[in-house]
Amino acid sequence: MVKLNSSVPEGPLAEKWSNYKSNQNLVNPANKRKLDVIVVGTGLAGASAAASLAEMGFKVKSFCYQDSPRRAHSIAAQGGINAAKNYQNDGDSIYRLFFDTIKGGDYRSREANVYRLAEVSNDIIDQCVGQGVPFAREYGGTLDNRSFGGALVSRTFYARGQTGQQLLLGAYQALSRQIKKGNVEMYPRMEMYNLVMVDGKARGIIGRDVVSGKLERYSAHAVVLASGGYGNVYFLSTMAMGANASAQWQCYTKGALIGNPCFVQIHPTCIPVHGDSQSKLTLMSESLRNDGRIWVPKKKDDADRLQSGDLNGTDIPEEDRDYYLERRYPAFGNLVPRDVASRAAKERCDAGYGVNSTGLAVFLDFKDSIKRLGKDVIEAKYGNLFQMYEKITDDNPYEGPMMIYPAIHYSMGGIWVDYELHTTIPGLFATGESNFSDHGANRLGASALMQGLADGYFVLPYTIQNYLADEINTPRFKTDIPEFDEAEQEVRGQLEKLMAVKGGQTVDTLHKRLGKIMWDYVGMARNKEGLIKGREEIKKLREEFWSGVKIPGKMDDLNPELQKASRLADFIELGELMAMDALNREESCGGHFRDEFQTEEGEALRNDKDFTYVAVWEYKGPGKEPQLHKESLDFEYIEVKQRNYK
Amino acid sequence: MNLKLKIWRQKDPKTRGKFVNYQLRDISPDSSFLEMLDVLNEQLVSMNEEPVVFDDDCREGICGACGMYINGHPHGPDTLITVCQLHMRKFKDGDTIVIEPWRARAFPIIRDLMVDRSAFDLLIQEAGYVSINTGSAPDANSIPIKKKYADLSMDAAACIGCGACVAACKNASAMLFVGAKISHLTLLPQGEVEALERVSKMVTKMDELGFGSCTNTGACEAECPKGITLTNIARLNRQYYKATF
Repeated sequence: MVKLNSSVPEGPLAEKWSNYKSNQNLVNPANKRKLDVIVVGTGLAGASAAASLAEMGFKVKSFCYQDSPRRAHSIAAQGGINAAKNYQNDGDSIYRLFFDTIKGGDYRSREANVYRLAEVSNDIIDQCVGQGVPFAREYGGTLDNRSFGGALVSRTFYARGQTGQQLLLGAYQALSRQIKKGNVEMYPRMEMYNLVMVDGKARGIIGRDVVSGKLERYSAHAVVLASGGYGNVYFLSTMAMGANASAQWQCYTKGALIGNPCFVQIHPTCIPVHGDSQSKLTLMSESLRNDGRIWVPKKKDDADRLQSGDLNGTDIPEEDRDYYLERRYPAFGNLVPRDVASRAAKERCDAGYGVNSTGLAVFLDFKDSIKRLGKDVIEAKYGNLFQMYEKITDDNPYEGPMMIYPAIHYSMGGIWVDYELHTTIPGLFATGESNFSDHGANRLGASALMQGLADGYFVLPYTIQNYLADEINTPRFKTDIPEFDEAEQEVRGQLEKLMAVKGGQTVDTLHKRLGKIMWDYVGMARNKEGLIKGREEIKKLREEFWSGVKIPGKMDDLNPELQKASRLADFIELGELMAMDALNREESCGGHFRDEFQTEEGEALRNDKDFTYVAVWEYKGPGKEPQLHKESLDFEYIEVKQRNYK
Repeated sequence: MNLKLKIWRQKDPKTRGKFVNYQLRDISPDSSFLEMLDVLNEQLVSMNEEPVVFDDDCREGICGACGMYINGHPHGPDTLITVCQLHMRKFKDGDTIVIEPWRARAFPIIRDLMVDRSAFDLLIQEAGYVSINTGSAPDANSIPIKKKYADLSMDAAACIGCGACVAACKNASAMLFVGAKISHLTLLPQGEVEALERVSKMVTKMDELGFGSCTNTGACEAECPKGITLTNIARLNRQYYKATF
């Protein structure tokens, strides 16, 4: 029986982290080089953790499925990274960033973790500038900031529309320096297929070499998961094609718990779907909402004519436009948080006011800001985004409004961790998007980069020592022990089983069907009936998958279809868990909206009395119902209120 | 649209490769180029054949994983984009499209259109960084940086490491890639400290890895999906002279 202990240190909120650091166990330099740490994933969380641990003297083994650690999907983050620097003198503070993050997350995250996140945010900016990240600057040479959804201050640092790229390159370069120094062994094109446990502790992984198809064994004193999010369970998402939940799922089946899996974020500003062959959705940075105004026509007739192609957005006069976010939320207007903006778009489109041929799009219009600021200013701010939009859609956003629609973007849920980012498996840590910790039911814009780097640079390198300090007498060990044999055999068995199906349906066909089930029943708005139905459909799909999937080629070889099938097998399992979690949570909060629980105005209605907890799921074996645990969330420093952006 | 594809198929680095012809029907002009290849692969898999292997990941033009010659051009006929952002409307119904992997000694072919670009990682590992440990940075605003230099640095830092510059170059030179990294770091005070050691090490490594020399033809700039300019090569040369003489 698992017992949840969040291990939050004693003391006032603002002193918890410094108290922790003052009292934690450390590992002396001579012992550090005797200790190995595996880091799975090389995005912001993984690369920064691997580099920092190696700088401290630990021996690190770093893994990614891509051909180079520089390609992890953090690279695609556009808008920026938050920090409480208050360089703009607009009243920002650590407390305010903490407050906004808790409120933005709809009061479903752990106070102490979020406060620490806000606290270390400033160090991240210093570190990145030190590494040579070319953040945008003012003419006086100081750093520039922009504002973002869910905040009343300008606290977002950015590097054009490529902030994620620049931060990742900073971390990748720091990692590269440690590889050269021999402190990190880098394994690109190596995907994690299993977690190895020895005496109840995480002691290694089984990797599969993507090119040769061979299974390899790696041992360590601790394993850090930085494997990203699971948005691809929906097939269409803004995630990279290879992004997957398998590392998380393997750890779950070995005893790590998953927290709030139903909390996924739908991003309001993506390019609408074009057709059946679509493989992924492209996000347009939320920063566009700073200067763009979102609208649909006021008249149903105009909407019909837009949908049939008889009218263009520019044909509709000002008085016939419904700037619905400004209308509904006058205080925050177009800058309401992502979940609110997404649902408002869906509401308008469901009511028939969509503006493209499928009726699933709204306008994002820069006409007024181009008039106010000039085309040059808009181009300097958003040039690369406008170019990207034009390349994909063949429409020029300087001349007419863009079309956008919400898409799956980020998973707030993930592996459950305590204050130390330690999972319920001793020696297994989870960081960045792969853990559940800091964003509650909804993540604010520019906070993913902040959390990934906070975990990797400034939190995990401390907290992991508290664990490793007790491991200094554990010598390095070989991988020819029964535990590794067993873990490898488990993987081999699963892969052989997949190869043996020899059915008639391609992996993508089945994945698209899972995506549709998830989007229809476990998507932007959910209800009891749909979730029960969705779960049944997933069960049926699981049977079809295991009897009907078609995989050509060989197992011990480069085999992209086998790679995808193996990931899909885990997505199907996770999809069902998400449906169960969504069904359990009988309230609406953040990204989780239940039709049955809304106010008269259609806003999310939380149920704080019964659901102020993290829903934490424990695996009980194949085909068995998982067990629900609850970590109750106590708010000592924040008054829990209904979110109000009006 | 209906298309005829001539695609380079090669089992592994040692087996001889060859072009194989494929016919595709009813491709939507709104599809991306890689989505068109997805359709082909779905058909191949349905017929129990092995799919065409290529690298890709973000499909947003930023990770740098995808890359192939299309009708002789790295990333295809359109400018300033990667293959994943190339759309089929840039082709005509009935077109024949020739698709090949990057060809450069430093980028050996793994299978079909997938090549090994780890030489780029080795270049960055050599010296493509600022030597600073986590936790030792001063306040971010303590060193003012002229906007002009921050912007120029960002222009160079936009490189995605896809390898199109090497593929486009008749000498398979990595000068644009290395030049971009030298510019990105040298233009900033944080990176300027180690500028001369960096450039010496990276240039030496570049030769060691089998990249060719630069003869200033400008093919790299013309094919770069991120608009990295030849100025960066000039800046690299200048730094290299400073470091050498």
